[in-house]
Amino acid sequence: MAKFKMHLLVCGGTGCHASKSQEIADNLKSSLKDKGLENEVQVILTGCFGFCEKGPIVKVMPDNTFYTEVKPQDAADIVAEHVIKGRKVTRLLYTDPENKQHVADSKHMGFYKKQLRIALRNCGFIDPQNIEEYIGADGYSALAKCLGEMTPAQVINEIKLSGLRGRGGGGFPTGLKWEIASKNHADQKYVVCNADEGDPGAFMDRSILEGDPHTVLEAMIINGYAIGATKGLVYIRAEYPLAINRLVIAINQAREYGLLGEDILGSGFNFDIEIRYGAGAFVCGEETALIHSMEGQRGEPTFKPPFPAESGYNNKPTNVNNVETYANIPIIINKGANWFNKIGTEKSKGTKVFALAGQINNVGLIEVPMGITLREIIYEIGGGIKGGREFKAVQTGGPSGGCLTKKHLDAPIDYDNLIAVGSMMGSGGMVVMDDTSCMVAIAKFYLEFTVEESCGKCTPCRVGNKRLYEILEKITKGNGTMEDLDNLRNLGRVIKDTALCGLGQTSPNPILSTIENFYDEYVEHIKDKKCRAGVCKSLMQYVIDPVQCVGCTACARNCPVNAIKGEKKMPHIIDQELCIKCGACIEKCKFNAISIQ
Amino acid sequence: MAKLKLSEDKINKIKEICASFGNKPSEAINVLHKVQGEFGYLPAEVQEVIAQEIHVSAAHLYGIVTFYSFFTMTPKGEHPISVCMGTACYVRGAEKVLDEFKRELKIAVGETTPDGKFSLNCLRCVGACGLAPVVLIGDKVYGRLTPDGVKDIINEYRS
Repeated sequence: MAKFKMHLLVCGGTGCHASKSQEIADNLKSSLKDKGLENEVQVILTGCFGFCEKGPIVKVMPDNTFYTEVKPQDAADIVAEHVIKGRKVTRLLYTDPENKQHVADSKHMGFYKKQLRIALRNCGFIDPQNIEEYIGADGYSALAKCLGEMTPAQVINEIKLSGLRGRGGGGFPTGLKWEIASKNHADQKYVVCNADEGDPGAFMDRSILEGDPHTVLEAMIINGYAIGATKGLVYIRAEYPLAINRLVIAINQAREYGLLGEDILGSGFNFDIEIRYGAGAFVCGEETALIHSMEGQRGEPTFKPPFPAESGYNNKPTNVNNVETYANIPIIINKGANWFNKIGTEKSKGTKVFALAGQINNVGLIEVPMGITLREIIYEIGGGIKGGREFKAVQTGGPSGGCLTKKHLDAPIDYDNLIAVGSMMGSGGMVVMDDTSCMVAIAKFYLEFTVEESCGKCTPCRVGNKRLYEILEKITKGNGTMEDLDNLRNLGRVIKDTALCGLGQTSPNPILSTIENFYDEYVEHIKDKKCRAGVCKSLMQYVIDPVQCVGCTACARNCPVNAIKGEKKMPHIIDQELCIKCGACIEKCKFNAISIQ
Repeated sequence: MAKLKLSEDKINKIKEICASFGNKPSEAINVLHKVQGEFGYLPAEVQEVIAQEIHVSAAHLYGIVTFYSFFTMTPKGEHPISVCMGTACYVRGAEKVLDEFKRELKIAVGETTPDGKFSLNCLRCVGACGLAPVVLIGDKVYGRLTPDGVKDIINEYRS
């Protein structure tokens, strides 16, 4: 491998990619070439750095300078100033929102200070399309250790001791899962990587696959060795073209290097990996549904037992783990279970990756030790609420989870604590909401998702969720009764108890947790016909204040349904019958004359 | 929908794709991905040919096509518009952006404009939550969109 003095790491994750990071990388390369530096400075398109809010990101190594919101035309300056003259381009540095000082080193940024990157350890550091970079970062050394020095039972034992639990949401102990699969004997067993990330608002699995695909391959091979499987399958969403592309490259490289195929590293162990494409169905994240989908069927779940570990893909013992779970395996083998199980809380070891999104200053992908508090995540890593507004709730666990409020800000986050407060870890979506979000509407939003994604096989989920949705619809339209609240709670509990799979068993959570934590808001919708966040259109009226209105006609001209009447220079009036409550008038009014009541 | 008559070429192409997956029923989803990639959508006539080739009933295959949101039985517009309705985009105002697209194009979600230029769909999370709300037109990502910006974007593609 060529030796370079300096590396320019350009984020090639989906967010930055959409903001022209490829063009930035190309411009950097051509600027370097112009100066004759192409053999001394290397430009690498890496995986996600996580700080999506300030993307695209360019990081200069070895001095660790972190440039934010870089544009393609900034490339020449980075080369001319930083690379050649050694002066940082200050206008591209991150500005600390508190003391307004420039921060050059990402280690000193609030966003990174409290993070601990284990699963994301290579994302943003290595070129995901080059196996040698992964090997240079200790890649495949865990595999060599397993094949050369450990028996399958020892591998399983190490994972069991580490305390690693499934990162897809359920939190089942990974080592135990492997042990069960290892004890079922069959002529063929399978290892499956679940990369069907369906939670709207979670993108950690895709970021790992885009930024560090070899980690997942290495872990799958180790998994195969541990349970006695020779075939691996990655089930990935067809909607993730970049991740698929990098995965295909990684698989081909691993085959070339003899890390996949027959007699891996001369150990006599055979293992190969194939890709299977999902086609957009949330329920396929459930392992039995995923297996049916891989078999070319509708992705409908089946009753467990039998568990996939006994009878899974093609009716053979199958071990299914999530991408993030796998990303932890190689480093556990390398550093040992005792290193890993010192991180986190008593029953939840290690770290968790969260996709931090919503009304928060620092949107992005973060990895934090289990046991961190919501307050630390929202205010220290996330930089607080956008526009200095008031924090209202945070939704974890996506359509299966619930909303946490101010009173949960100091509760340590781990699998069991989240369940105890009515939510769940889920795959790691974390959507922060301020006072502009209506909690009834949020519950309805998730229910709409569940109704759409229910496979229809079992009645509680197919019919029950539809009824829940209709009741919520009624409440947001201003036609709800207090009896509806009881019905929501009763029906929700019945669905939880009787649905066939994880989707239905958790689908009422967004409703139950918002009723629990925001009961007053439901009552306001029902009794006062009021939506305090101004989201539920049927419950609000746009009104023009005749004192403030100067009759500029801006609102009337922009009203798409001509609902605003009035003479020039005279106060205008909104015809409530015609008004569709789109809010166009309020955005156009320069005199703050229009309000929502 | 009017019944389509598939040309001999198209039928042969479908047969070729099925054969490349060994005409196996277990490869149904892979075949559908490939065929949709080729033709853009999966009308009933196409499904009938596939069903016959991979030895499943047309009803079984229809069950698969309609189960997965990625497969579509209606042709998409020349510029397919997908509004992200993931949670992050939703709380940052994706619904208002979607409403504006509906009003500007005069079509509902899942429909295509009469001139075949635009089709409108929702999707769940493209993973660019930092840019929320996000809209995809073809493969191009538009981030931090406001209802005000919708008309300009559509006009980019109208000419």
